[in-house]
Amino acid sequence: MPREQITRAGLIGRFLRGSAHHFVSAIVFSLAGTALGALLPQIVKMAVDSILGGQPSFLDPLLAGSILGQAPGTRRDLLLAAGLILLISALAWLSQYLYRVSIARGSERFTKSMRDTLYSHIQKLPYAWHMTHQTGEIIQRCTSDVEVVRSFVSSQLLEVFRTSSLLGISLWVMFSMNISISLIATAFLPLILLYSAIFYRQIARRFLAADEAEGELSSVVQENLTGVRVVRAFGREQFELDRFDEKNTGFAKLWIKLGYLQSYYWGIGDMITSLQIIAVIVAGTVQATSGAITLGEFLAFCSYNLTLIWPVRSLGRILSEMSKAGVSMDRVRYILNCTPESDRPGAQRPPMDRDISFSHVTFGYDRQKPLLHDISFTIPAGTTLGILGDTGSGKSTLIHLLDRLYDLPPDGGHITIGGADIADIELAWLRRNIGMVLQEPFLFSRTVHQNIAATHPDASPEEVRRAASTACVHSAIDRFPDGYDTLVGERGVTLSGGQKQRVAIARMLMQNAPIMVLDDSLSAVDAETDAKIRAALDAHMHQSTVILISHRVTTLLHADCIMVLDGGRIAEMGTHQLLLQKGGIYRSIYDLQLRGEDAASLKEGGVGREAD
Amino acid sequence: MKQTERQARAKRSIDGSVWKSLLPFLRPYKKILAAVVGLNLLVAAIDISYPLFQRYAIDHFIQTGTLQGLGVFALCYLAVCTLQALSVVFFTRGSMVAEMQLGKDLKRACFVQLQKLSFSYYNQKPVGYLLARVMSDTNRIAGLVAWSLVDILWALTYVLGTFCAMLALNARLALLIALIVPAISLLTVYFQKRILRQNRKMRQLNSTIMGAYNEGITGAKTSKTLVIEQQNEQQFSHLTGQMQRASVKAARLGAVYIPTVVFLGSLATAIVLASGGNMVAEGALLLGTLSAFISYAVSIFEPIQQIARILSDVISVQANIERVNSLLSQQPAITDSPAVTARYGDVFSPLKQNWEPLVGDIEFRDVSFKYPDGGDYVLRHFDLHIPAGTTVAIVGETGAGKSTLVNLACHFFEPTEGQILIDGRDYRERSQLWLHQNIGYVLQSPHLFSGTVMENIRYGRLDATDREVIAAAESVHADAVAARLKDGYQSDVGEGGDLLSTGEKQLISFARAVLSDPRIFVLDEATSSIDTRTEQLIQNATEKLLQGRTSFLIAHRLSTIRKADVILVVKDGRVVQRGTHQQLLQKGGYYRDLYTRQFEEESALQVLRQGRVEK
Repeated sequence: MPREQITRAGLIGRFLRGSAHHFVSAIVFSLAGTALGALLPQIVKMAVDSILGGQPSFLDPLLAGSILGQAPGTRRDLLLAAGLILLISALAWLSQYLYRVSIARGSERFTKSMRDTLYSHIQKLPYAWHMTHQTGEIIQRCTSDVEVVRSFVSSQLLEVFRTSSLLGISLWVMFSMNISISLIATAFLPLILLYSAIFYRQIARRFLAADEAEGELSSVVQENLTGVRVVRAFGREQFELDRFDEKNTGFAKLWIKLGYLQSYYWGIGDMITSLQIIAVIVAGTVQATSGAITLGEFLAFCSYNLTLIWPVRSLGRILSEMSKAGVSMDRVRYILNCTPESDRPGAQRPPMDRDISFSHVTFGYDRQKPLLHDISFTIPAGTTLGILGDTGSGKSTLIHLLDRLYDLPPDGGHITIGGADIADIELAWLRRNIGMVLQEPFLFSRTVHQNIAATHPDASPEEVRRAASTACVHSAIDRFPDGYDTLVGERGVTLSGGQKQRVAIARMLMQNAPIMVLDDSLSAVDAETDAKIRAALDAHMHQSTVILISHRVTTLLHADCIMVLDGGRIAEMGTHQLLLQKGGIYRSIYDLQLRGEDAASLKEGGVGREAD
Repeated sequence: MKQTERQARAKRSIDGSVWKSLLPFLRPYKKILAAVVGLNLLVAAIDISYPLFQRYAIDHFIQTGTLQGLGVFALCYLAVCTLQALSVVFFTRGSMVAEMQLGKDLKRACFVQLQKLSFSYYNQKPVGYLLARVMSDTNRIAGLVAWSLVDILWALTYVLGTFCAMLALNARLALLIALIVPAISLLTVYFQKRILRQNRKMRQLNSTIMGAYNEGITGAKTSKTLVIEQQNEQQFSHLTGQMQRASVKAARLGAVYIPTVVFLGSLATAIVLASGGNMVAEGALLLGTLSAFISYAVSIFEPIQQIARILSDVISVQANIERVNSLLSQQPAITDSPAVTARYGDVFSPLKQNWEPLVGDIEFRDVSFKYPDGGDYVLRHFDLHIPAGTTVAIVGETGAGKSTLVNLACHFFEPTEGQILIDGRDYRERSQLWLHQNIGYVLQSPHLFSGTVMENIRYGRLDATDREVIAAAESVHADAVAARLKDGYQSDVGEGGDLLSTGEKQLISFARAVLSDPRIFVLDEATSSIDTRTEQLIQNATEKLLQGRTSFLIAHRLSTIRKADVILVVKDGRVVQRGTHQQLLQKGGYYRDLYTRQFEEESALQVLRQGRVEK
């Protein structure tokens, strides 16, 4: 079932849902602000022309009856102009305020929706995807690239719109006042725009090079710091300093070169701008002197011209930067276009306290190199299966397949629970009913309580404590500074390997699942505690179907059935007694661990010999 | 660390003594900086003159109705503009040069200092923290000095100059405008403070969000097995919601502040227009002057905002300077005495001709030790004699403090009390470099530098020929690693050696150690799973390396442990048991627990692997 791929426009459109009205009002207020701003030079023009007495105020008829209407002409017009300026400015203030608030609301909502969607999408992407992508790289897409897209939508797009509308309104007013000066003023604008757009495109590459140089310098320092023990142990301080100096100087040189380029850009840009201003002033002076325009109009021209130049200059930069946004959008799009896990149509929720059966399972992460070859076995409901095997023998892969962290290919055999193919079971239902403790358990940086109660956030402290006691970790937690409220991880306590494993077991117990999997989960716990935990588990979960992976024969020997995996095949399978009689791999390991020379000396060297 | 950062942040005023500490770094560039300041003042003066040109055009051409002298006027205007453009070119260059050179010097000073600081410092400060000192702090300081401090001079000159120009043109109008300045200053101070506070909050939230992504991704497998994706999403959404509110709040502050400043500019225009217009009507003021005033009234406020902005930058960069200062003024916890340095040289210029050969006899004599960053004594009156050529295995759980003894023996730390003798003499009588150059060090996750396999092995002895490098590699089977790679010894190993597996990295670092031919060898065995073949190669290489050397093995594998001459068992930072393997097994207790656990795993693997070989 191929998923529809999101296009760039689709991406923006999707996240704009729910925030579009903010952007619309931002556009409206921005237009209003621009229009109000364009009114101000008109007021100054009117006032100046009124001082000169030549032009009667266009408001005269309106004011005929009011108090102001009585005042002497010039003074009255000036007060009126000042009042109008304040009124327009107040309105401009309001539209500016509303514009900024709308844009913030819109873009923050937009960003939140983008962040949330990415997070939830990543959560739903299959485990295989996670294994093939680097964490740092994904995080960068979710943070820096999201930031670039956000600034594209919230500032660049609107800035382009604002500048265009400013340009439109100003030019319209200017052309309606005097065509020839307007033509002169406009003639320079494409030049300014083109100049800065081309320059920024040029410089972008050099910026990239300079950034890379900074990255290189930074990695030299980082490598030196992380490798400080090696540097010291070999006494290579001088060598390191030489290497650092080389990168440091290179980095500075690149930036200085960039500075030289920029200096030309600014200098020449200033020069073009000045030429344009001079041209407008000279042309305006000529026209005003000849009486083609009034003095007020001359001043208005100068104001409009000044408000145009800077936005046009920065427009060039924005246009060239906008091209970067496309790259970031593609990087975000890439994640969203990866297919998440999903249920088959008509997926079911069958009872899970049934027999688990693997039939002819063949699987490899790389299709060419199968890790499991034609594996078939059944775990009767309520029994325990022990698995013994080397690293890479495929025991963790079995578990991954059972929990559908990886899906079996169509020709890879079947795994069924109570006869139902797990591929037809609702994914959440399947996983919720399989309690799993992973080899290297991951704890979240939350409190111990929150970690244990992960699957049941509403669990009472009493329930959590009971699970912790079963996992033999309650007393250890009790000794933490804040007990069950102690934060785990960087900001809190660091748990030892054994404590982590036991917290993970407690977390799994809270799940109350009919199927439980312990993947080498007691490796960092000593044999005595191991036995204690197993005894507690036995009492707790006599109804459950259990899969137990371990290197420790004493852990495995009570299992109803033991399987020895070797190179992706079942080498031996049967009860402890049966395998002992068979005299194969299991027997050898058993002998070595419980009967061997070392084992013997372990046993003999007990309490009795403490005396010497 | 956090404490001092918070204190630095709390500081709200400018502290002269902090800035003084920068002077030695500025001195080499005082000419460039002086030129930049001079050019900036010129730029400010020219900026102030622009409205006067408009004024001249109005009063002399338009009002009088003549165009005589317009050509000269245009040329003068052009000349001033050209001068302005040239100043900008040179000022930009000067500032960039000053920024980069100053930054370069600061970075170098930090780097050199970091080469001297002791491990106790490194133990307290994470690499990310130190990296930020060397890279971002210095960048910010240099940027501020070269650009912002110069900008602030420009802004001050511009404001004062404009005000003077206005006073000269018309004092009454000038004073009217000046009334608005305090209002804008107060406003700016009020808002800046709040905006800064809000920004800080957003930065914190931002790093929390980044952490949440990290946890969401690294914990993906666990979240899937627990089926708690939805909860995670809710928590995350709560976080982004906080961010959304904080950002909108910050934007709202800006939405009030910036338009208000613009409004005050319009207010000034209105005042100028109303009262100046009257003066014009009465003949007391020329129209051109009025137009100049209107320009000034609008443009004086932007620089005032800029000054406020830069001042707040200055205060925040002060914290960067303080952090760099605290790095630069840090005394290395372990220093060679002047007498030792005089005889043996320092790390950058060793006097190798005076170095005695090292045999490798190490003795801990009544050593008590606690880590400089506090806590209890982890060693009390500890005595241990390690004759040259002896193998010492240190065992214990992860995080139990197994490296403490190694750190002491290698002079990465010094005993709090008592002494450590190397070849019969207190090691403080010789330089650290003398000892360090005689130590071969292979870490659990070995550190390689980006570069080729060849370069990494040669790190052990810089003047080794290619043939010697290859011979060293062959002696510890590291040639197998090179052979697997596309370009052999010239293959790139990636950043930190990331392109190689842990086992391969260990083999390369064995070769590196062999090349330096150390008298003392330290090995921290890898705990992570290594494939069977590499594992075997490593074991053979280890045996080879131990021959004739005093060795410390932070050991995990039974084969290594059993062979050791003496085993030290470490728990909770203390040495709890010591003896040979047999002695310790018989004694029982903690060692036996540890041993059993390892034994069970290895024995199972051993049988499984044997089975495969037989097939």
